[in-house]
Amino acid sequence: QKVLVELKITFSQCSKNERNYKTTSRKYMRSPLSPEMATQEVQLNETLAHLKTESENLKSKLEEERAKLHDVELHQVAEKVEGLGQFIMKTRRTLKGHGNKVLCMDWCKDKRRIVSSSQDGKVIVWDAFTTNKEHAVTMPCTWVMACAYAPSGCAVACGGLDNKCSVYPLSLDKNENLAAKKKSVAMHTNYLSACSFTNSDMQILTSSGDGTCALWDVESGQLLQSFHGHAADVLCLDLAPSETGNTFVSGGCDKKANVWDMRSGQCIQSFETHESDINSVRYYPSGDAFASGSDDATCRLYDLRADREVAIYSKESIIFGVSSVDFSLSGRLLFGGYNDYTINVWDVLKGTRVSILFGHENRVSTLRVSPDGTAFCTGSWDHTLRIWA
Amino acid sequence: ISNNMTSSSNLSNMRRLVEQLKLEASVERIKVSQAAAELQQYCLQNAGKDALLVGVPTGSNPFREPRSCAVV
Repeated sequence: QKVLVELKITFSQCSKNERNYKTTSRKYMRSPLSPEMATQEVQLNETLAHLKTESENLKSKLEEERAKLHDVELHQVAEKVEGLGQFIMKTRRTLKGHGNKVLCMDWCKDKRRIVSSSQDGKVIVWDAFTTNKEHAVTMPCTWVMACAYAPSGCAVACGGLDNKCSVYPLSLDKNENLAAKKKSVAMHTNYLSACSFTNSDMQILTSSGDGTCALWDVESGQLLQSFHGHAADVLCLDLAPSETGNTFVSGGCDKKANVWDMRSGQCIQSFETHESDINSVRYYPSGDAFASGSDDATCRLYDLRADREVAIYSKESIIFGVSSVDFSLSGRLLFGGYNDYTINVWDVLKGTRVSILFGHENRVSTLRVSPDGTAFCTGSWDHTLRIWA
Repeated sequence: ISNNMTSSSNLSNMRRLVEQLKLEASVERIKVSQAAAELQQYCLQNAGKDALLVGVPTGSNPFREPRSCAVV
């Protein structure tokens, strides 16, 4: 009896051959080692091998096509550009208040407010000019790895080990309990690694340790689109600047950076040149390229129209991973926060390091340039945030 | 028996992978020289507005001002 049931289940999985087996299944149910089954298995294995060869061929073809257009290096094109002078960037504000590692931060569009989240479960909204705390929320979980400010400035989103992304409307009344108005929007099956509102308060894009990204409607909590393709945890994402259309880039533990079409859910381009986890991805301000930061201690620049990596920002002396990257307003400077507590500033065009900034007393875990490019903020495992200008 | 089950899910995964690779291979590409020139042009065109790059007139970067002067 048990054998018959097992055979039935097996046959129904092979949908391609279902028609063949439905009529003959009774006859062959008695013998598990039927000649038909053996033939079937051989056929499947042959098709599998054939597909494997095809995929290998396609991969080589992809590399060939990309290499054909690799006629010059970015830094060679930029040889005639004037070099950058000395940079004087210092810590201008230090935001103290978190009880544990700062994991994530985001700027408000008003260029002065900041939201930050920490391992201690707290999410704090600060006025970066005065360093005053304006709001604080305690999440029901620790390790709040993601937080984002809504475009309107009226809400913040956050999540982490709770596998969710929740939205908190910010009240003008400082005494009001923010936690009471909490709205659960996204549900993943593993930790939330990053979140971002799209160009309105109505939709949120999330990435997760479950290997997927997803787009959600904030009001209803409905899943609008899911993005499958990463082979491991997705650690970061960034939306293309609004002028360039509906795409976003994600990076993960599979060492891949994928560019996605938000409407179709399709992965349209994929880049795999890093040698370890990609912790951060950020679009170049024009939208034609993006930078990535990885545990392999390098930052890289990928041009979307050339469909390849066009620069690597690295030095033999830099051996610790990059946790977070962002561009200055014109895209000429790339700021990288590193696990060796420093910030390295790179000349994007020439590929050289122009400055190294010290100040944090532990890993830099998050870094964002302000919306008008006048400053950048870093968050660290030393429990503080710093504003640099 | 179980070989058949894993084979057929491997099969659909492989089919998906081949379709994805075909899509990626068909992307239209431009030469790196052209792409690089355009990235450079964007940088140079916007350099003037980039406060972290060129600095701004004293007094107009709110973070560089001393905190005692709070502008309300």
